[in-house]
Amino acid sequence: MDISRHWRNRKQRYRLVGEVCPHCGAKLFPPRDVCPHCGMEAKTVETLVGTGTVYAFTTVRQAPSDFAEQSPYVVALISLDDGPMLTAQLTDLGDVEPYVGMRVEMVTRKLRNADDERGLIIYGYKFRPVLERALA
Amino acid sequence: MPELLRPERPVGIVGYGAYVPRYRLPAKEIARIWTQGRGGLPIEEKAVPGLDEDTITISIEAARNALARAGIDAELLRAVWVGSESHPYAVKPSSTIVAEALGATPFTQAGDWEFACKAGTEAMVAAFGLIGSGMADYALAIGADTAQGRPGDALEYTAAAGGAAFIIGPAEESLAVLLGTLSYVTDTPDFWRRAQQPYPEHGMRFTGEPAYFHHIGSAARAFLEATNTTPQDYTYAIFHQPNAKFPQRIAKQLGFSPEQIAPGLVVPTVGNTYSGSAILGLTATLDVAKPGDRILVVSFGSGAGSDAMAFEVTDLIEERRALAPATQDYIRRRTEIDYATYVRWRGKLVLK
Amino acid sequence: MDDIVITGIGFTPVGEHWEVSLRELATDAALKAMQESGGLRPQAVYVANQYAPVLSRQANVGVLVADFIGLHDVEAATVEAGGASGMMALRAAYLAVASGEADVALALGVEKSTDRVGPDVETALSVVLDADYEAEHGLTPAAQAALLMQRYIHEYNAERAAFAAFPVLAHRNAVGNPAAMFRRAIKESTYRRATMLSDPLNLFDAAPLADGAAAVLVARRSVLPPEMPQPLVRIAGFGIANDTLALHDRDDPLDFAAVRSSVESACKRANCSLEEVDFFELYDAFSIYVPLILEAAGFAPRGEGWKMGQDGSLELDGKLPILTMGGLKARGNPGGATGLYQVAEAVMQLRGQAGDNQIPNARRALVQSLSGPASLAATTILEPAP
Repeated sequence: MDISRHWRNRKQRYRLVGEVCPHCGAKLFPPRDVCPHCGMEAKTVETLVGTGTVYAFTTVRQAPSDFAEQSPYVVALISLDDGPMLTAQLTDLGDVEPYVGMRVEMVTRKLRNADDERGLIIYGYKFRPVLERALA
Repeated sequence: MPELLRPERPVGIVGYGAYVPRYRLPAKEIARIWTQGRGGLPIEEKAVPGLDEDTITISIEAARNALARAGIDAELLRAVWVGSESHPYAVKPSSTIVAEALGATPFTQAGDWEFACKAGTEAMVAAFGLIGSGMADYALAIGADTAQGRPGDALEYTAAAGGAAFIIGPAEESLAVLLGTLSYVTDTPDFWRRAQQPYPEHGMRFTGEPAYFHHIGSAARAFLEATNTTPQDYTYAIFHQPNAKFPQRIAKQLGFSPEQIAPGLVVPTVGNTYSGSAILGLTATLDVAKPGDRILVVSFGSGAGSDAMAFEVTDLIEERRALAPATQDYIRRRTEIDYATYVRWRGKLVLK
Repeated sequence: MDDIVITGIGFTPVGEHWEVSLRELATDAALKAMQESGGLRPQAVYVANQYAPVLSRQANVGVLVADFIGLHDVEAATVEAGGASGMMALRAAYLAVASGEADVALALGVEKSTDRVGPDVETALSVVLDADYEAEHGLTPAAQAALLMQRYIHEYNAERAAFAAFPVLAHRNAVGNPAAMFRRAIKESTYRRATMLSDPLNLFDAAPLADGAAAVLVARRSVLPPEMPQPLVRIAGFGIANDTLALHDRDDPLDFAAVRSSVESACKRANCSLEEVDFFELYDAFSIYVPLILEAAGFAPRGEGWKMGQDGSLELDGKLPILTMGGLKARGNPGGATGLYQVAEAVMQLRGQAGDNQIPNARRALVQSLSGPASLAATTILEPAP
């Protein structure tokens, strides 16, 4: 059964908890303790804001077994406003056609079942087109 | 006659939030499959959760909206309580996952609630007590569901997904202050589900008078008597909404006008969100209410019981309202699906 | 310094070998390489393999293969670096011999992709990605390449149809390679109608995973007898560079920086310039990799690599032939073995043994394998030994 890896990553998956480099100020996600920009130690915890832009996206039509039940689905590279880029599915598109440059916001959704219907449910980040509001 | 439950320390709603999935299954599409399109329809369409949604994801978004309106740090929540009849795990509380996702862990009370459609208001009443007793300053109560209907059954037309979240706190920080609450509960078997069964049983016409109407009516009348008020003393009233007819009928029976229940009547285009039902009506009402308005909410949960509670809206509503999406923002966001897509998404196909 | 030379090569045909096992494939290739080398026996064996632990429930492949080849008391280990495993096995053999710790070393790559079938294989392929932050979100290697392809087309206004040129070239060249998995030319119309794997990437944009084994025997020149059965090929230099593992961690995802670094350091080591390269066996796991590699290596300006498929420069008789024996697309991509197929094919060209596909006067080969989208680039330059 797949347990500890998912549990260890929960704060990253649920809330985009990353790091900020105390030397050069860069925000890091996922946390990696060594700043890739300036090479110095970076262990200060920082929660990133879940807004960003679609850098690229694709519709996966030959899914791995773990994701077969959701196929087809859209996976994208998202450029977060806070700086880092990450890989995530786009969700809640409805009839909206995604496009490079689309503004998106993070939501917490089911990623998959860890093993089968008896296993853990893995929750994590996905991104959807920004919800339109009557009052802003 | 019983007295109202009212804490010594005045409490209220510091923040509220709603969530409704974007997908809609029209009732006439269900009828197309099951009745050749004949017969009356209890609602227009219902909200269907996407493949990646469940009671936990719905609760998380509603709660994030409530936090945005409350303007408090999640770490200040001393209780996170999720009420539902479709918790994703039979054992492992939705509340712990929601609490983690909000950043409320670790120093918080967390535990799940169940009482059919009134699990959300149950959590709210407990939160009134927690804060009202002075044990804590903020508690989060959520009602959310992704209710399943047996294919072809009458309830399939209305069983929907959605949820609402309320952060209960001190009255002086509230956008709506609690005037009091009262519960009316009996052992009445109008609707239930045994542990290993996928779909519930319901008592058909027995769910009407002996269940829905008796409990809401009794709770509402007792509440009005205990507070020495009449329907005219309230700006708005919200009742549990399993379909479009029942809340309109009970409103009329009790003496409330169609205008009073209008903003809170979301069932025609959302469906019955079970533990979210009455309280989504509350969020929709708070979205339009003005300072000084009085709102009566009477929920109903099968098994059976009703929680009646009333609030008075404060000046803080204007500045807090715009801090998160409105209930209608979610309702307006709509993508129609067909019955086949619905069947696939709701796991009604045997894949293994 | 004493030259490090390739004395022999051996490989199986690439394909779906349902009846042949991992150990049998490896033994076949190894014996051929050792035979070509006049019966030389290695003191060290480095076996490249990517997926045996997941697909065949077999780890410890280096030890298994050494045993079944019939070698005992030798140094043996598995080498894994994603798609660059084969090249890195060659690197390990080279270092063993160059350091003097061994006189002769065997670099072998083997893959049994068909030991498992169905969507589980797609899940297994994703182990080369960032497990926690790429694969966990449903990314696959094909989806990752599709993201690159989409962005590339968007940024450079490249023509989608132009990507057909690369698989079409690969298949055309594979006609002359008896060991290739697919030996028939394909038409552009076939390409256009191919099934979508991950928009905009279709079936022909992705090299097929396959079964195969390839072996390369390496030795210090000074330990060899004066007459050897095959012309010797010298390893003139290596250049190996890494980048971030995950594509989303790149500063500029369309810049295969590791390709650039590794080509530059290989050329420096081999004391040659890009212009002196006669052909380039590059890692075409996905058609989008081709222009990205050509641009990063310095053969085309940024954003224009895709045009090289249009003007004939990449053909066998062009100024920079690539995929001379079919490349990954048509010869096939047997995982850990692929890099060593690339090397073996380059060796055949340099020996003058490439048959119908012979490049006239082939004197210097640039051979490169990638792990993922150049998360690692391992480059070697080969020349006929003087």
